Amino acid sequence: MNDQDYLPRVSGFSKSLVIMALGLGAVLMLIVAGQTSTPAMQVHALIMIVAFLIGIMFTANMGFDSDGKIDAEKSAAGIYYNDKIVKVGVIASVFWGVVGFLVGDVIAWQLSFPDLNFDLPWTNFGRLRPLHTSAVIFAFGGTVLLTTSFYAVQRTCKARLFGEIAPWFVFWGYQLFIVLAASGYVLGITQSKEYAEPEWYVDLWLTIVWVVYLIVFLGTLWRRKEPHIYVANWFFLAFIVTVAMLHVIHNISIPVALVESRSYSIFAGVQGALIQWWYAHNAVGFFLTAGFLAIMYYFMPKRAERPVYSYRLSIVHFWSLIFLYIWAGPHHLHYTALPDWAQNLGMTFSIMLWMPSWGGMINGLMTLSGAWDKLRTDPVLRMMVWSLAFYGMSTFEGPLMSIKAVNGLSHYTDWTIGHVHSGALGWVGYISFAALYCLVPWLWKKKSLYSLKLVNWHLWISTAGIVLYIFSMWVAGVVKGLMWRAYDSLGFLEYSFVESVVVMHWPYIIRAVGGLLYLAGALIMAYNLWKTVHGETEQEPQALADKAVA
Amino acid sequence: MSDKNEIDEVTGTATTGHEWDGIKELNTPMPRWWLWTYYITVIWSIGYWIVYPSWPLIDDYVKGIWGTTQRQVVAEQLEVAMQERAVYGERLMNSDLETIRSTPDLLNFAMAGGRASYGDNCAGCHGSGAQGSIGYPNLNDDEWLWGGTLDDIHTTITVGIRSVHEDTRFNDMPAFLRDELLSEEEIEEVSDYVLSLTDNSYRATENGTMLFMDNCAVCHGEDAKGLREFGAPDLTDQIWLFGQDRDAVIDVVSYSRKGVMPTWSGRLDPTTIKALAVYVHSLGGGE
Repeated sequence: MNDQDYLPRVSGFSKSLVIMALGLGAVLMLIVAGQTSTPAMQVHALIMIVAFLIGIMFTANMGFDSDGKIDAEKSAAGIYYNDKIVKVGVIASVFWGVVGFLVGDVIAWQLSFPDLNFDLPWTNFGRLRPLHTSAVIFAFGGTVLLTTSFYAVQRTCKARLFGEIAPWFVFWGYQLFIVLAASGYVLGITQSKEYAEPEWYVDLWLTIVWVVYLIVFLGTLWRRKEPHIYVANWFFLAFIVTVAMLHVIHNISIPVALVESRSYSIFAGVQGALIQWWYAHNAVGFFLTAGFLAIMYYFMPKRAERPVYSYRLSIVHFWSLIFLYIWAGPHHLHYTALPDWAQNLGMTFSIMLWMPSWGGMINGLMTLSGAWDKLRTDPVLRMMVWSLAFYGMSTFEGPLMSIKAVNGLSHYTDWTIGHVHSGALGWVGYISFAALYCLVPWLWKKKSLYSLKLVNWHLWISTAGIVLYIFSMWVAGVVKGLMWRAYDSLGFLEYSFVESVVVMHWPYIIRAVGGLLYLAGALIMAYNLWKTVHGETEQEPQALADKAVA
Repeated sequence: MSDKNEIDEVTGTATTGHEWDGIKELNTPMPRWWLWTYYITVIWSIGYWIVYPSWPLIDDYVKGIWGTTQRQVVAEQLEVAMQERAVYGERLMNSDLETIRSTPDLLNFAMAGGRASYGDNCAGCHGSGAQGSIGYPNLNDDEWLWGGTLDDIHTTITVGIRSVHEDTRFNDMPAFLRDELLSEEEIEEVSDYVLSLTDNSYRATENGTMLFMDNCAVCHGEDAKGLREFGAPDLTDQIWLFGQDRDAVIDVVSYSRKGVMPTWSGRLDPTTIKALAVYVHSLGGGE
């Protein structure tokens, strides 16, 4: 196929279409700003107007001086990869990571010292908690997924990203979603659904962005010059398609008025609860697992320079994982009004999910066979191995906690929080950091990272943080669970609820210290990547690594 | 594809012949232990579906051959718990409060039940040590708005204060400023009179004294020692429910304060309310 076919180019027609659509959006938001009764909604309308106007300028400027030609570099493989968007994505990922970890640590301290709520609505735990979860899952995790998927799909398809305006629309549209979600929480706009707090109009916006993301991804797959589709792309595709389905169904609601932020969900009672956990558990399964497994499947073999361990394992564990995960949500509702049969199905599917989850860990770890020695010299590879170890641990702990007898003790306690964070900080965090450490030298064409020693510091400081975090939460959770079920000799409850809260003080402080260490690690990474971009590579990577080990 | 299959030198395994951006795949068989563990979890799950409620049907669901349900499990556990408490529980139910207080083993049981119930139902407002806070009475001292005998406490817990119970304890102190009964100056004077009863840094004016007698004495008494039939507090004992500084007293006189305590009848069973009354009575101020 001739390279000329995919010379990056943008047509005046598509530019005008996008500009008209954005202009229409801005006019609609102007009407909303004028008609709404709440100041918070007005703020959101104004944010959207500003974003749309910037979008119009950005679009108009694309290929403006060059007759529609887009500035792009021809790679060694002869493809004009769209790497600019990946670069911007890397920067945004680091930024959101630091923000998300910072807010998380603030609310961790608030739980130990409630005075830190400052008695202000905007800084209250209730508003900052969704800010933290959305910032780490959607802002950090989501931006990492967009960024790495845009990079990996181009490389593994040997094709430029589909569309010129569309990928940028996806990227900036997603950033706008994050800003609307985060500012909404602080201003008090929420539909009170865990991990899906943004209101109906923000959900609609994300739906548009996500559909375009799917089109861009499929379009790039369509253009591929390889006969087969690489396993990382299966996982990315499963992530994009399933998240679209989860998002749309979970957020079906009826707004009180087209210019107001409030809406009412069509699901209520136990049905609402089941949909909530079907959504939230699969957000874990398809956003935080499938998506990041895709990252692992691309970056692990690239970094280790070894073939993937087993093609057959990747097929079987991929299909088992996506088939089984979708059923496991009801294990969040053990011993509730949810019917027994649904609870039992949720539990058994969670148990069956254990090995399919471990399939990814085995495939990643065993990819290192023949390259284990690299662990001594490459802290980025070490970080990937840590990541898979935490993945394996939390995907064992998950099925364990889904067993009703265990859940009876662990549910509603901090054990759950510890479990989530061993997956989030260990698995999702480390595989993301490792991907960023790979991408920056590749994209900015540097010989290596600024300092491998700092990567090692990042790894150990944040590992100490994770260990403090999960151990304190295990202790806190088990103690709390045991206190709640303790009876005295006369058959009365031994402890009141508030006594179990008092006991949490020190575990919460230890957890907050752990979070601080994790944040410190992320700041070290930000510094290291910034120095790498500015090209101050002093020594050969090998020499530095040897020093780090010594 | 077969002609491209190469053998990986390190592992001796063939690749699948595909390559993406330099990434190849080995054609390693799935680890047996992995596969067998997977099969075992599937078999175990099928077994679980057979014995416990599992798959949904059109308008019913598969009950499972053991037919266990969580409602049944809870009912059984509650049954066991009630049996454990039964001996004492029945005696508590059938004894009057004074008997409970004077019978050591019964008192012990009531105190244990009262303490457990207090922690989860009362501590939220009255404090885990029953020390109270602004607006929520201290239950350790001997000032009682509505009486501190066993029966008084039992009644207060049962009917609540300004609650939805039809026999709720209720009073209605006027908001002297908002209801335009007294002017701001008059309220300051009457407040100074009230404060002068316990703090000699305040001086009562003649007018302040007169205002008290005309407006307040009917409920709080001419000696300001309060009247329990109205739930009117003693103003001479240095115990202030809403704060002891001058502004706080002026605020109460100006706008009145109407604290609410819920009724616990219907929410706690009669035996538990009895136990709570005995427990609260024992805290230090019981009469």
